[in-house]
Amino acid sequence: MVNKRWGYWLFFAALFLAPFYLTEFRLSLLGKFLCFAIVAVGISLIWGYTGILSLGHGVYFGLGAYCMAMYLKLEASRGHLPDFMEWSGVRELPWFWKPFAHPMVAIAAAIALPTLLAALLSYLTFKNRIQGVYFSLLSQAVVVVFVTLFIGKQEWTGGTNGLTNFSTVFGFSLSSPLTQIVLYWLTAAVLALIFVMTRRLTTGQLGKVLIAIRDAENRVRFLGFNPTVYKVFVYSLSAAFAGVAGALFVLQVGLISPEMMGIIPSIEMVLWAAVGGRHSLMGAIIGAIVMNTAKSFLSENYPDLWLLLLGALFVVVVLFVPKGLAGIYESLAAVRIKEKRGHEREARVDVS
Amino acid sequence: MFIDQLFNGLSVGSILLLIAIGLAITFGLMGVINMAHGELMMVGAYTTYVIQQWFTSHMPHSAGLYFVAAIPLSFLAAALLGWGLEKSLIRHLYHRPLDSLLATWGISLILQQTARLIFGAPNVAVVPPSWLDGGIRLFGAVFPYKRLFILCLVLAIVFFLYMYLMKTRAGRRIQAVTMNRSMAACLGIATQKVDAYSFAIGSGLAGVAGCALTLLGPIGPTIGTYYIVDAFMVVILGGVGKLAGTLLGAFGIGLISTFVEYSTSATIAKVIVFVLIIAFLQWKPSGLLSVRTRSLD
Repeated sequence: MVNKRWGYWLFFAALFLAPFYLTEFRLSLLGKFLCFAIVAVGISLIWGYTGILSLGHGVYFGLGAYCMAMYLKLEASRGHLPDFMEWSGVRELPWFWKPFAHPMVAIAAAIALPTLLAALLSYLTFKNRIQGVYFSLLSQAVVVVFVTLFIGKQEWTGGTNGLTNFSTVFGFSLSSPLTQIVLYWLTAAVLALIFVMTRRLTTGQLGKVLIAIRDAENRVRFLGFNPTVYKVFVYSLSAAFAGVAGALFVLQVGLISPEMMGIIPSIEMVLWAAVGGRHSLMGAIIGAIVMNTAKSFLSENYPDLWLLLLGALFVVVVLFVPKGLAGIYESLAAVRIKEKRGHEREARVDVS
Repeated sequence: MFIDQLFNGLSVGSILLLIAIGLAITFGLMGVINMAHGELMMVGAYTTYVIQQWFTSHMPHSAGLYFVAAIPLSFLAAALLGWGLEKSLIRHLYHRPLDSLLATWGISLILQQTARLIFGAPNVAVVPPSWLDGGIRLFGAVFPYKRLFILCLVLAIVFFLYMYLMKTRAGRRIQAVTMNRSMAACLGIATQKVDAYSFAIGSGLAGVAGCALTLLGPIGPTIGTYYIVDAFMVVILGGVGKLAGTLLGAFGIGLISTFVEYSTSATIAKVIVFVLIIAFLQWKPSGLLSVRTRSLD
């Protein structure tokens, strides 16, 4: 346990020091991956701990990103209409765009909107005891609905191109390396905060209830708990994580489009947690970073191979390593402890 | 106008039903989420394409007949693939539905990419047979033969599937395994064999759906993903375990979405239909028709 805690400290220290040993390009990639890691922590919380498989996290991520992007777009347009609206013949700023001129409203909305949507969806389904794969499929349908909506309402959302061409945030230029480093630190800090918070949550009493819901929901119900409340809570919380991640993502990448919240990105998010180990929060973080590093390397050099590999990875992880990287690490650690104990026993035999 | 919309709705419903009927077997009867179902459709569609190519190069005089050969062959191709899939992958995951969802998603990516490597990323067009050109004019509306053909095809499939499940020994075995797997095993039914061939039948029906889709437009590696989510909604709305539910669900969604689409837009229709599905599930969480059971989960 002590070892593990040291490992966490080391990991986050390495993340915070990254601007000193990584090039600008690699740092921007890592910043992007850390946003994904935030999503992966949320997925591990709902899937690994509570047994809810959501295929809709792309939407929550996208909503957070769009909220932030609306603010950035308005700031970049300096009081004029955003360029894409002019192209589609909109004369006046739509009413729901207006509040996003204030950064605080945008940040609040980036967290609140995904949370509310997730709460609504999960309440309406879990209340009726619609669960398991049915919920997964419904959450996937949400993705389809939102993607068609965002592409269809081009005059409000920028259509397939999404929102891009930002210039400044709070008056600081987004293209300056210093702003990017500050944003990177912000992302790393948020990730650390969310990790610590989720870890507290899952190691405490709540975590036990969540695991119990995963393993035997009806028994939990018979013991007098109301699983719906817990499930709605964790699902909304993980959607909030995804929203925050989306907002941080758009600040660093400078682009959000419906393509990034579609069916494939949503299910890839699940794969990050699966590869890293769905039952382990740290595993999910590592999974997100490893998978995206592999993706950015392979999909640039061998785009044809990447999709085949991604598909094969789903199959291999599910069939052969359901516990992911964290599971491999744990079983290795278990072997080591066993060996150690074995030596001790031999030693004792020697003494007696 | 109303008749036009009604026919459109029925036509959309029949396409949904054609795709969902295979799912109704693999998901509804066996409880396996096959995310690669859409790609099995794609296999059927490309089989049709290959057969058409063969007919036009080898027997150009009777090229229009390719479709007659394409239906059974696309069934066979998809069924064979589905059978292999069940044998190699899905049978290990019967007790882990969420995992089988992810694994079959992986398969769907692999199949899509394979199709892209073989046939190229752009869509290919299958020329519909000339005997399906044109349509009948009735009550001032035109009913294209292609859509009527799909409607008849799906009704025929539903009829034969129903007869198969109710009247044949093999079909009854499927039903027995669906209702109570361990009891069926005790009575001497080889449940693993039943699993394999019912999965093959579900997959084969996806292949036929793909074959029929070639009548409506060009086909590409991602053809499956357009329809798969809607098809799953049909099964969820219709209720699991009953074919009649799937039938009602498909025509219900088809009709409602065409009428909503007519009075608003395609985008808004998608939103409204989804909201309606969620609202409906508030009233009947297990869908329109479902097998009554007293067991938990």
